[in-house]
Amino acid sequence: MLKGRHLIEPDDLSVEEINEICSLAEQMIVDPVAFQDVCRGKILATLFFEPSTRTRLSFEAAMLHLGGSVEGFADAQSTSTSKGETLSDTIRVVSSYVDLIAMRTPKEGAALLASEYSACPVINAGDGGHFHPTQTLTDLVTIRQLQGGFEGHTIGFCGDLKFGRTVHSLVQAMCRYKGNKFIFISPPELTMPEYILENVLLPAGITYETATRLEDVIDKLDILYMTRVQKERFFNEQDYIRLKDSYILDKSRMKLARKDMIVLHPLPRVNEISPDVDDDPRAAYFKQVKYGMYARMALISKITGCL
Amino acid sequence: MNVDTIKNGLVIDHIRAGCGWRIFKWLGLDGAPFTAALIMNVPSRKTGKKDIIKVDNIIDIDFSVLGFIDPNICVNIIKDETIVRKINMELPTRVQNVFQCKNPRCITATEKYVPATFLLVDKTKALYRCEYCDALYTAGEGGVPVETRT
Repeated sequence: MLKGRHLIEPDDLSVEEINEICSLAEQMIVDPVAFQDVCRGKILATLFFEPSTRTRLSFEAAMLHLGGSVEGFADAQSTSTSKGETLSDTIRVVSSYVDLIAMRTPKEGAALLASEYSACPVINAGDGGHFHPTQTLTDLVTIRQLQGGFEGHTIGFCGDLKFGRTVHSLVQAMCRYKGNKFIFISPPELTMPEYILENVLLPAGITYETATRLEDVIDKLDILYMTRVQKERFFNEQDYIRLKDSYILDKSRMKLARKDMIVLHPLPRVNEISPDVDDDPRAAYFKQVKYGMYARMALISKITGCL
Repeated sequence: MNVDTIKNGLVIDHIRAGCGWRIFKWLGLDGAPFTAALIMNVPSRKTGKKDIIKVDNIIDIDFSVLGFIDPNICVNIIKDETIVRKINMELPTRVQNVFQCKNPRCITATEKYVPATFLLVDKTKALYRCEYCDALYTAGEGGVPVETRT
């Protein structure tokens, strides 16, 4: 029963609940018109304390496609937070107006804190380099649509694995399915955080490989998950400049990959996927964007209790 | 060296050598209105040497914090010059406001009213995680946490 629940991290959803959301998203992909009024009268607040065009618009489009309404802000500067209001006060106020909050902040653990003070369900739309569970749902819906299921895959994560919250969340989710293997491809400065290795992989008994060159491992992969080196996560611009172009997926590297591999990316991309890969049938990152909206539609309709 | 026996009070024994002063200060014994003794570098069969604190008064101690500072500590409760109870410390499952999360991106760094809470995730490694941002810390010597997140 998802009605009234918060979604802070991927583990908040059971395997059965993930399957339920993915199945509903698949029905919505096939016949979106059938769901156009299911959230009529409901209001979603999108509280985005850091800029994010894509996720915010995806949430808003999802609610509008379900017949609901949306209010919120896209920048902390235009809110009482800039006057020194605490997060707990902001959440107490907003949650008294709306049925559901989708929230993004640069602060890790902020969504959990918000859920402790909110009168309505809170969906974590990304908290710093921590978790981003609806991107995970997006990735899962895409994997199920394009690879037929969640088990027995070799998944390569490439790029910024240290600050890449989408990576952390997807690793956590895929650990719960049988037979998955991970290959972590990153420069030494941007490796997977110890807490993911210690808290997530180790207890699940999952083995993993690490690599520094994409071309050394790309032929082993069923799924390649590319990530951007995020400028906003660096305190030192020199480090960002040095690391930003560590990996570039282009046609020549795609030639080394399997014919049935898919390439995912949470977007936005900068240089890490060359535009000449976009026409490759294995490039799935724009399909992923659309599936993301359906994943959020399914989630919203479940959490609000409309379906 | 002789320190007088206690009539009613506590003996905090098996403190890791060198950590006694931190516990002495944390308990506020340096300004206490009753007698308290910190004995350092006492020979120990188990560890070579240890520190001991003797307090000539029954005081309230948060044993979870003391266990986080040093899980090897044993507190003896003395009544009428006799040990009436021995309490062995262990790593607490949860510690609050003993130290601050060092992750600058953690929500507790800006929302100061939020209690800094850490949950035990691995007893053998003395590993704790921040309840909010999941940053990992190892309870180090004398309870000075070591950030293990990379």
